[in-house]
Amino acid sequence: MSANQHSLLLDRGNLRRRKRFNRAVEATSTVATVLAVAVLAIVVGSVLLKGVGALSWHFLTTPTALFGESGGGISNAIVGSAIIVGIAAAMAIPIGVLVAIYTTEFASPRIAHPVRFALDILNGVPTIITGIFVFGLLVEGNKQSAFAASVALAIVMLPIVARTAQEVLTLVPGSLKEAAKALGIARWRTTVRITIPTAAGGLITGALLAVARVAGETAPLILLSSIFGQGVLTKPGEALASIPIFIFQASESPKPEAHTEAWAAALVLIAFVLVLNIVARAFYARSRKRMGA
Amino acid sequence: MEAGALSNPVLRARRNLTDRIGDPLLRGLSGLAAALAVAVIVGIVYEVIHLAWPAIQRFGIGFLTTNDWNPNPLVQRFGAAPFLYGTVVTSLIAILFAAPLSIAISIYLTELAPERVRRPVATLVDMLAAIPTVILGLWGILVLGPFMRDTIEPALNSVLGFVPIFGGDPSAFGYLTAAVILTIMATPIITSVTREVFETVPGDLKEASYALGATRWEMVRQVVLPYSRPGIVGATILGLGRAIGEAIAVAQVIGGAYLINASLFHTGGTLAAQIASQFQNSAGLQKASLAYLGLILLVFAVIVNVIARVIVQRGGIKDIDVTETEAAAL
Repeated sequence: MSANQHSLLLDRGNLRRRKRFNRAVEATSTVATVLAVAVLAIVVGSVLLKGVGALSWHFLTTPTALFGESGGGISNAIVGSAIIVGIAAAMAIPIGVLVAIYTTEFASPRIAHPVRFALDILNGVPTIITGIFVFGLLVEGNKQSAFAASVALAIVMLPIVARTAQEVLTLVPGSLKEAAKALGIARWRTTVRITIPTAAGGLITGALLAVARVAGETAPLILLSSIFGQGVLTKPGEALASIPIFIFQASESPKPEAHTEAWAAALVLIAFVLVLNIVARAFYARSRKRMGA
Repeated sequence: MEAGALSNPVLRARRNLTDRIGDPLLRGLSGLAAALAVAVIVGIVYEVIHLAWPAIQRFGIGFLTTNDWNPNPLVQRFGAAPFLYGTVVTSLIAILFAAPLSIAISIYLTELAPERVRRPVATLVDMLAAIPTVILGLWGILVLGPFMRDTIEPALNSVLGFVPIFGGDPSAFGYLTAAVILTIMATPIITSVTREVFETVPGDLKEASYALGATRWEMVRQVVLPYSRPGIVGATILGLGRAIGEAIAVAQVIGGAYLINASLFHTGGTLAAQIASQFQNSAGLQKASLAYLGLILLVFAVIVNVIARVIVQRGGIKDIDVTETEAAAL
């Protein structure tokens, strides 16, 4: 072989420089990914390490202690969060699915497109603004309530539920709907008995993701349900404690004991949210498989 | 069974009747739900303006440039400038970090990573978006803040201290700590969109580039990045929208000062964080001024979102459901 051919085959000069640069970029990309995963590990690890010590049966089943005292638990916050998020889900999930049914089954593209756009805009509205809206609507001149918080969380959930529902409803094979139509079955019957059951997995995914998203939502709750009485309260008409508000208030406290309790509550919340996310993904994967997508 | 039932004329008549009611009923109900979603947006705009009205009348447009926030009953002078500044500075820094980071992660996930690890690692990055922001804020107060004060900020100060933004005393709470928290929030959102866009790049374009002797980076630079540009820009602006609107985590770590300060280490405030920390304990003109801050934030957020979605859709990437992505992508 001549020397000329050699220079083409070996990493010399320009090629060497190019390959070196390529390796640098590859290394940077890998490091960036490792960094992102490491941050997740560090945050979840911090919560786990610092929270697990304070987590006990007593902590989960005792209401928050009087202001300025420690040794209480979060039972009132767990109950309050369950009520607030439960009512929000009961409002947002049916309405969200209905919106999706309207845009995918009934509306012409000229109407469906603006509705979709409106949902995207609604999703981009900062949650603190949603809080101000519901404050003006229900709390001003009145008092804070868990119901008001539920309305705000329902507004946050609505675009998430509706958009994922739209996505899966369009995945339902057209042949199924056509078959029903050929049998002379009315549209509403097709929707209720065929389209929705076929898409059920994806609809549940959207609902679970939306619940996971608002379970940790804090900003609207500060405005709508942050000043509450002692003990485990259950009336939606009055302000109720919640886990995010507990974490927020404890994190602002200067006392180390409060911080430990905040970590423990954070552990409860993060476990709930991550488990819900994993379950949602499992449902989605199953539903896609079923629809052959 | 059903067919047998239908051969009965009475049952068939009943079914016809339910169908006559059922179709318009479902159409009407679902149409009502869609109208409700649109009405909520109108309601939000109306209610925020309504609550802000006293402050709008009192301060007018000058509110935007007033560098003061004084709730003292004898003074009652409020302005948005410190919080506008804080919002812009923290979210721009966050995007400056998050956008390149997200592009690098997407390159790794679509071009470099072995097939087996792609999905799990992508899921882990998505999970970062699922962490409730109040927990990120808690972590910011107790872990990140002290680390910034003791390690990062002194290092920045000793090297770049002659630049005013890196001057001043390191502190656990301030613009920079908030920007880092926002970076952590924005990165998974930008990544999940850019990753999906990268995956839509046609394989034959990539192969053509390799066949011409391009290295992997040259292929990415000449094929993947130009092809994905609208998606990348749209994703970045979406991340920006998220960073602008975050109230809680920022309120926890920014420290809550009412004046513009040149040093990034110094405490400050943002529009959203100021509302979150003061709204429930305010009244009268102060509450109206906070709603005015909310109105500015709302205008910001809507503009940013509209731009992002138009860019993403213009780029021909219709299938990317950004809403779903933000809820921790599937």
